[in-house]
Amino acid sequence: MSKLLKVGAAATAALLSLGLAACGGGDDDSSSSGSSSTVSDADVTAALEKGGNLTVWAWEPTLKNVVTEFQKKYPNVKVDLVNAGTGNDQYTALQNAVAAGKGIPDVAQIEYYALPQFALGKSLTDLTGFGAENLKADFAPGPWNSVHSSNVAYGLPMDSGPMALYYNKNVFDKYGIKVPTTWDEYLDAARKLHKADPKAYITNDTGDAGFTTSMIWQAGGKPYTVDGTNVTINFSDEGSKKFEQVWQTLITEKLIAPISSWSDQWFQGMQNDTIATIATGAWMPANFVSSAPAASGKWRVADMPQWTAGANASAENGGSALSLMNKGLNNNQALAYGFTKFANDGDGVQIRVDGGAFPATTKQLSDSKFLNSEFKYFGGQKANEIFAKSSQNVVTGWTYLPFQVYSNSIFNDTAGKAYVSSTTLADGLKAWQDQSAKYGNEQGFTVK
Amino acid sequence: MAVLQPAVARRRRSWRGWQFVGPFMLIFALVFLAPIVYSIYLSLYRNQLIGGNSFVGLDNYTRLFQDSQFWESFGRVAIFLVVQVPIMLILALVVALAIDSGRLYGKAFFRVSIFLPYAVPAVVATLMWGFIYGDQFGLVGNINDAFNISLPNPLSPHLALASIGNIVTWEFIGYNMLIFYSALRVIPGSLYESAALDGAGQFRIIRSIKLPAIRGALSIATIFSIIGSFQLFTEPVILQPLAPNAITTYFTPNLYAYQLSFSGQQYNYAATVAIIMGIITMVIAYVVQLRGNRES
Repeated sequence: MSKLLKVGAAATAALLSLGLAACGGGDDDSSSSGSSSTVSDADVTAALEKGGNLTVWAWEPTLKNVVTEFQKKYPNVKVDLVNAGTGNDQYTALQNAVAAGKGIPDVAQIEYYALPQFALGKSLTDLTGFGAENLKADFAPGPWNSVHSSNVAYGLPMDSGPMALYYNKNVFDKYGIKVPTTWDEYLDAARKLHKADPKAYITNDTGDAGFTTSMIWQAGGKPYTVDGTNVTINFSDEGSKKFEQVWQTLITEKLIAPISSWSDQWFQGMQNDTIATIATGAWMPANFVSSAPAASGKWRVADMPQWTAGANASAENGGSALSLMNKGLNNNQALAYGFTKFANDGDGVQIRVDGGAFPATTKQLSDSKFLNSEFKYFGGQKANEIFAKSSQNVVTGWTYLPFQVYSNSIFNDTAGKAYVSSTTLADGLKAWQDQSAKYGNEQGFTVK
Repeated sequence: MAVLQPAVARRRRSWRGWQFVGPFMLIFALVFLAPIVYSIYLSLYRNQLIGGNSFVGLDNYTRLFQDSQFWESFGRVAIFLVVQVPIMLILALVVALAIDSGRLYGKAFFRVSIFLPYAVPAVVATLMWGFIYGDQFGLVGNINDAFNISLPNPLSPHLALASIGNIVTWEFIGYNMLIFYSALRVIPGSLYESAALDGAGQFRIIRSIKLPAIRGALSIATIFSIIGSFQLFTEPVILQPLAPNAITTYFTPNLYAYQLSFSGQQYNYAATVAIIMGIITMVIAYVVQLRGNRES
């Protein structure tokens, strides 16, 4: 028996040391590859001509055509475009790959709110050495600012989501309600609509972190400040208060449909006139067309309602970049950069715009063909004019937390309570603030 | 030399034994011991976004004992265990006794149809119930519309746990019924004959023959159900997108560990949660088993 124990202990010790070794491997400083090296345009062109394999993780549907055209132009390159899930699902897969140190894609789509977290985790390649800063003038300032973390570019902007108010014109006409231009009018419209038809709601919301932060952004709130590892979170500033008051009223008077965005019920609601407006990013039209086809012709686009009458403030909602990952599968960063530049700054942009994407490049945003294109779904409206204007009016100075992905994941645990219980939104946001701060401190930040 | 010889002999003898158990021990160590050892190893470290990996001793454990979210989730599955498991097992027992009584018309049909939900994958079953529970466009919504009433939302915060209990009961009655039924089938028919000669009625037969005879099966089913309750995960995860504000990220201990490691990158703390939950489950299952054995 004692012999058995001894052998068991030896085996255990061996396994333990294996585990230690495996861990040691994973802990290697990942900044070693790529970050400080210089790769000239000539190197990139050479890599493109030479060819090779490239693995790209992205869920943006228009990238498929980009890959086809890219491979036509550079026949030696083979791009493997993988859809590893949308948003959080992909980040989970990506974080697992990074932790394992294996199977990391060469290029990944990362939303602006998540970019600081990956940059901080040293998973993304610093693009300074590739001359990315020279491309500054090519991009709208909002998205360009969003791919930077601590003044270093960690990706090239792919799309952007300047906000607009999508509304069901049929419903507004039917009940003679004016399309709101301020959030106070929005509240009035919500009351009138729900009174006229108890099944109809001004909008849907079951607590959405991305939407909430964008609304606070538009109201001029700056709940987050980040200075290196010093972080503050504060939802009691004036902008946050403005949002919280209007939204609390909508919740208390039961004027918001308790339907989650992206659910089946959501798309049904758009088509059966029970959801009257959606305030969201300029990337939405493609989703209307594909998932709510029956409502074609009913919906229109308007400027975001304002917090102060006569103002023209806007905010971004969503939008993502393509970033180069450190330790990518094929270890060919010049090629990876070549693809990223093609997709986000070169020929790929027009291909994606033609596919219905909303660009982040100034060339396309000011192109008259782009601005004048008529959306059949919106009854022939030139919706891009509204989006482009919104893009210019995005309130400056907004930052996300370096751990926003986690913070958003606990939004419904905390602020979400306000939607289903007597907890107020103010208390809910305070709880969100406290829980996020707790996590930040545990992760080594100094959060106040 | 004299010292060496017995050692050689002994080694040769022990070698032969190891040739038999070696392959087993190797696989046993790899698939059973290694994950546990690795979890324990993980639970002694803390990996931070800022500052990297460091040895923290038992810090994760002291943190766990003060973690209100963990204890809330533990309390939730404990309530689930105390309420749902007895309901499910009693229903399964009643069904098994009814089918076994031989007085049920269409016995095979009932046996199969009650077992059928267990054959439906938990994910599919939960999605199906999710549609039924929908108070906007689901069955509950349709009933509200048709009869112009307003049923409470089954996925509101104070009903979500009961709704999940309903799904789990639906899924596992058939499974437990089958365990009880197969135990009932091995009771020799001669016992019933002699009981009938002694003038015992059906209820007396159940109480004095059937229940004592299937005590082992009852004890096993109870232990499985206890483990199942503590591992509650699939149902809340599938329902979460439908009721994000009612089903929190720390709804059950398993869900909490999942959230910690995949959203929060806190693998070390998640490992701690896993170890403590494993120990608690083992202790409770062991106590139940001891009780079951002592009474028999």
